[in-house]
Amino acid sequence: MKKMIAMVMLAVMAMFALAGCGGGGKTVGSVSTDGSTSMEKVIGALGESFQNETGIRFTYNPTGSGSGIKAVQEGRCDIGLSSRELKKSEQDRGLKATVLAYDGIAVIVNPNNPVSDLGLEKVAQIYRGEITNWSQLGGSNAEIVLIGREAGSGTRDGFESITNTKDGCKYRQELTSTGDVITTVAQNPNAIGYASVASVKDSVKALTINGIAANEANIKDGSYVVQRPFVLVTKGDVKLTEGAQKFFDYITSSAAHGIISAAGVVPAN
Amino acid sequence: MPIKENTNKNRTMRKIDPLQSLNSWDKKSRHQTIEHIIHGIFLLLGLIAVGCVLVITVYLVISGIPAIREIGLFDFLFGEEWASTAAEARYGILPFILTSIYGTLGAIVIGVPIGFMTAVYLSKLASPRVKSVMQSAVSMLAGIPSVVYGLVGMLVLVPGIRKVFDVPDGASLLAAIVVLAIMILPSIIKMSVTALDAVPKEYEDASFALGATPIETYFKVSVPAAKSGIAAAVVLGVGRAIGEAMAVMMVAGNVPNMPDSLFQSVRFLTTAVASEMAYSSGLQQQALFSIALVLFFFIMLINAALNFLLKREKE
Repeated sequence: MKKMIAMVMLAVMAMFALAGCGGGGKTVGSVSTDGSTSMEKVIGALGESFQNETGIRFTYNPTGSGSGIKAVQEGRCDIGLSSRELKKSEQDRGLKATVLAYDGIAVIVNPNNPVSDLGLEKVAQIYRGEITNWSQLGGSNAEIVLIGREAGSGTRDGFESITNTKDGCKYRQELTSTGDVITTVAQNPNAIGYASVASVKDSVKALTINGIAANEANIKDGSYVVQRPFVLVTKGDVKLTEGAQKFFDYITSSAAHGIISAAGVVPAN
Repeated sequence: MPIKENTNKNRTMRKIDPLQSLNSWDKKSRHQTIEHIIHGIFLLLGLIAVGCVLVITVYLVISGIPAIREIGLFDFLFGEEWASTAAEARYGILPFILTSIYGTLGAIVIGVPIGFMTAVYLSKLASPRVKSVMQSAVSMLAGIPSVVYGLVGMLVLVPGIRKVFDVPDGASLLAAIVVLAIMILPSIIKMSVTALDAVPKEYEDASFALGATPIETYFKVSVPAAKSGIAAAVVLGVGRAIGEAMAVMMVAGNVPNMPDSLFQSVRFLTTAVASEMAYSSGLQQQALFSIALVLFFFIMLINAALNFLLKREKE
């Protein structure tokens, strides 16, 4: 058992080492992607099914949005992955953004909590620890219990970057899965948490943000604000390699919708 | 040893069937070869365990050292803040070390008296029927997967603590201690019962004959006689408590706070590794290996210390 764990760890290390070498990706019959760690789940699922269907080798290097954009700019990968919109300066350098999907994050509370709507700034204040009691928000006189995800989680990264609370959240609990967050919020009448919209169940209440409900339609048209796009970054003026083009077409086609939804995000087209 | 047994067997066979004596030399050497091969296979199987320990030790040391070197041993072990993904990352694991120590101590303080008394009752006082029912219950407790302990803790214990102690949230050091105390009960009870059962009946008879009451006998004769076995049971309990990750992760809250109070949300050494491993990379991942290395040293230290105590006791 212990040996197995050690071997799995070794395999993980080896994968990282291999992923580091996968940047070249210029040959036909392979596609290399590089970037956002939050997109790991969706791009991993897409890559796996693409590889199975076409036999074209797919690689993904989880480095973060910034380095992914830089990698595609410098030609070190075919497609960059970014979990934020491109900045003006990045667009000026000839990079083209195609939204693959939207990652909507629901802010959830216990169903017995009288509060059902909050502004985005109020959510941020709660998580920064500036608002600590539900009575300040029209709820009962009870301390707010902040439930979040572990450091490195894509949902946490998304939530903190949208609410602008990065590294500043005063969590009471850091849980390691969406399911745990939902269970804990369902158990504690004074808890507040966040989870990807697709996985929210009836045992918790998703808050409306600025009066807008967290559902697929509102995420797609952009009115629900606790969301971010998952963007495919390519060089506008350079043609993709054959393999990369096939991958691009595959994941932006309607055939990929099922896989994208299964990964908990909303397909863009 | 097995080879010797076999030659004995050969001899008896020759006695039974004298005709075989013609080719007995040939047969003997063949038997010996087979014996050697089997001996080799057993040795090889035995070495697997030793090999695993070596591989894990070497691997942990190799992958755990770089981060410690980069962060600095003192800053790593005694830093009070852990923020591995912050813009300015800080890697201090003192909160985890203290939490693991407090958590294990707490579990021992609650679990050992309960387990020890249960063992004395089961071994010396309980009727055979009660004993068999209770022992199978204890065995079942040992067989429950740790994730189930965690789940029950999360759904029953955590809300319970919140209501009983009137705190905002029940996920805390206390919840982890209670779960760990229950989890170490089976190992303590089973080992202690075995040790107490093994005390020679003559000791107790002698004590009774001198006019001691049963309780006096059990606590002044049987328990001291089974001391080393009971101490071994505590070692097993400590080992299980300090190494447990899953159940603790579900009830402790996992925020890297210093464990200042029982109701604080805390992170253990084990959960620090387990909760961040999935997404970690670079120095963060190396630091997680370093935490595992620290945990490994802790377990070695505990084992060594208690082994030393046991040995001294025997002398």
